[in-house]
Amino acid sequence: MAVATALLEVHDVTKSFGAVAAVQGVSFPLFGGEAHALVGENGAGKSTIVKMLAGVHRPDTGTLRMDDNDVDFAGPANAKAAGIAVIYQEPTLFPDLSVAENIAMGNQPLTRLRQIDRKAMHANAERLFRRLGVHLDPTRPARGLSIADQQLVEIAKALSSEARILIMDEPTAALSRVEVERLFSVVRSLREEGAAILFISHRFEEITELCQRVTIMRDGKLVATELVADLTVDDMIRRMVGRDLSALFPKQEVEPGEVMLDVAGLSREGVFRDVSFTVRAGEIVALAGLVGAGRSEVVQAVFGVDPYDSGTVKVKGKRLKPGSPRAAMAAGLALVPEDRRQQGLVMELSIERNVTLPRARKLARLGLLFGGAERSSAERWTQRLQTKLGNLSDAVGTLSGGNQQKVVLAKWLSTAPQLLIVDEPTRGIDVGTKAEVHRLMSSLAADGLAVVMVSSELPEVLGMADRVVVLREGRVAATLSKAEATEESVMYAAMGQEAA
Amino acid sequence: MTSMAAKSPRAILKTRELGIVLALAALVLYTTINNSRFLSGQSIRDNLLNTAILAVMATGQAVVVITRNIDLSVGSVLGISAFAVATMMSDHPGLPMIVAIVAGLAVGALAGLLNGVLVRYGKVPALVVTLGTLYMYRGITYSWAGGSQVNADELPPHFLNFANDNLLGIPWLVLIALIVVAGTSLVMRNYRVGRELYAMGSSPQAAELAGIKVARNLLGAFVLSGALAGLAGVLFAARFGTVDASAGTGYELNVVAAVVVGGVAVFGGSGTAWGAGLGALLLTVISSALAVLDINQFWQQAIVGALIILAICADRLVAVRIARSLRRRDAHV
Repeated sequence: MAVATALLEVHDVTKSFGAVAAVQGVSFPLFGGEAHALVGENGAGKSTIVKMLAGVHRPDTGTLRMDDNDVDFAGPANAKAAGIAVIYQEPTLFPDLSVAENIAMGNQPLTRLRQIDRKAMHANAERLFRRLGVHLDPTRPARGLSIADQQLVEIAKALSSEARILIMDEPTAALSRVEVERLFSVVRSLREEGAAILFISHRFEEITELCQRVTIMRDGKLVATELVADLTVDDMIRRMVGRDLSALFPKQEVEPGEVMLDVAGLSREGVFRDVSFTVRAGEIVALAGLVGAGRSEVVQAVFGVDPYDSGTVKVKGKRLKPGSPRAAMAAGLALVPEDRRQQGLVMELSIERNVTLPRARKLARLGLLFGGAERSSAERWTQRLQTKLGNLSDAVGTLSGGNQQKVVLAKWLSTAPQLLIVDEPTRGIDVGTKAEVHRLMSSLAADGLAVVMVSSELPEVLGMADRVVVLREGRVAATLSKAEATEESVMYAAMGQEAA
Repeated sequence: MTSMAAKSPRAILKTRELGIVLALAALVLYTTINNSRFLSGQSIRDNLLNTAILAVMATGQAVVVITRNIDLSVGSVLGISAFAVATMMSDHPGLPMIVAIVAGLAVGALAGLLNGVLVRYGKVPALVVTLGTLYMYRGITYSWAGGSQVNADELPPHFLNFANDNLLGIPWLVLIALIVVAGTSLVMRNYRVGRELYAMGSSPQAAELAGIKVARNLLGAFVLSGALAGLAGVLFAARFGTVDASAGTGYELNVVAAVVVGGVAVFGGSGTAWGAGLGALLLTVISSALAVLDINQFWQQAIVGALIILAICADRLVAVRIARSLRRRDAHV
């Protein structure tokens, strides 16, 4: 293995936004040939660190050092030139440009006349995709790619720049297990070539699998930098949250009530086929499967966002009008979508307005919306979900990713639904909040709420679900009871293999 | 010729521009059946000359719109450039044509630079900035002219003849428009800076994060739009001979219409200079066809308006269908 040398050193950096100190006096080194995890709860300052390394923000005090020289990035272009590549939490692609152009942007291969060499550019993209083991057409536009595919393009982009330092801000949040494996094998080979990796993730099994060193942050301050081998997951969590966490997935036992949702033979050409399942009051049913198996598409069809070709959706025995989210809401359904940025929130609106959006009519008096009712309702729910925010009247876009997710949850939970559909409820959420979300879902189920949960995180599926419906390529591959569902049985069903 | 590899997105653009060509062909055919003189040499020549000035401006506008901005000041920039160049040529009749052109480009570039600086560093939306400079540049021209105008008999013959002179049978005006459209297309398609302009319009945040020199490119786009409007001012002065302070009033709307009809997405990120040029040609031919068909002048504006709406609807429809087919292509992964 390569001799560990600090390729980059974060030295006593501080960064404030207005009155909020996002990062205070944080130092840690990044060694070549090492993967370094950065962990902390939402709002701990991880993303701010990433943005400073990426040249988006400049530290107020403190320095970044590369090869024993202080560096000062005036903008992302400088950081890029210094050999730092960043994969952001939210994909940053150009929807109108081709996948190959997205990858090559800024360093397209040129012909002698300084024109872009499209042939070489496409060949490059194909080579990168082969290395990542994915099949994507380099000439197609980035518009319409699934989040997982967008993330893969981001990874290809980072690889193409031959970076010495690769920063990944929750790259795996939207990826399936298989894709994560592939990504990790690429990251390992980069690491062996001497690159330094900074890896941010809320999944501890990934950190112990991939990383050698871990830096723990809490409330913008450094807690510790340690070797991963010296710590247990419990140690890390305790230091992150500063307290002990009881069981992570506390689903209470509930006697199931009447059938709330009955989906029978639901099909949509080319997307999913013959999908059937039922959910009773008080039950949590998980839809598991690989990314692209059609899980999100099924719940969107149930809720009426997308159309379906055949089959029926019944709520409490009554047929639900297809293709009408309004009818679904009237029947007591609520859908918390996966892509909060595009589907869940209006980024420019205030937090309180976002929380109360689906209930604007109910809260209104004589058709007018008064601030008071909005505010008190928003206050109640954001507090219950422990959302870290400055002011309820701030735009949602100013919150950190995890807190945005909490606002989406608050928005739908406040409608007091009878059937809650959540798509990746804890994607990009820290352990503390995750436990809080799970506890909340569990207590809501105990109150008689029926829950459909789409999730890529197996521990969450196994811990929370009374029943697991595994989808594979748009079909139901297995329906497993709580007793039957194990990590192996779910994965085998999802991947279409028998237990070996 | 375009490469095979870029088939899918390029093919879609092709159909978009094909639509304009087909509409143009149908219009010319119908009008010619009703009045055979519509396809005479003189008529074609007039149409092309009338298109040239609009196409030059539409090309600059297309580049600005592709970056998710707009330049409403182009009509006023044409006015100030036309008046400045005409005054210069009547005061110094000995100056060669090339000096007039360079002067027009320079006046326009300066006006465009101010637009760009206000948009980028003033952090004011382009719509507001250029609406302001539309009035500002026009006001400057009015107070400079003070009610006077430059007449054709005050201008040197070589300047006036430029509009009618040919090179190998092609009028200079048309040749200049072709060079502008072709050159801009080439840069936008095959050079890094061109692709960066598309990227900026496609996702402004991602462009910043990708380390694209957003400020430089944005200023460049506005300077180009201004410079081409300035060039259009020179061509206007040469073609019409008489220039007062109101030259080019209201042109900005024709220019934006040509760009939109030509398939440049109003929210940036897609469209071509060729499309904008074709849009300019289509609008010009429509107005002359209506004259030939003896249709009331007032209908012309309604038809142009309908065409804009039709173009945007067609774009939406195509976009929705593409999105659906792309998602389907994705579904089997």
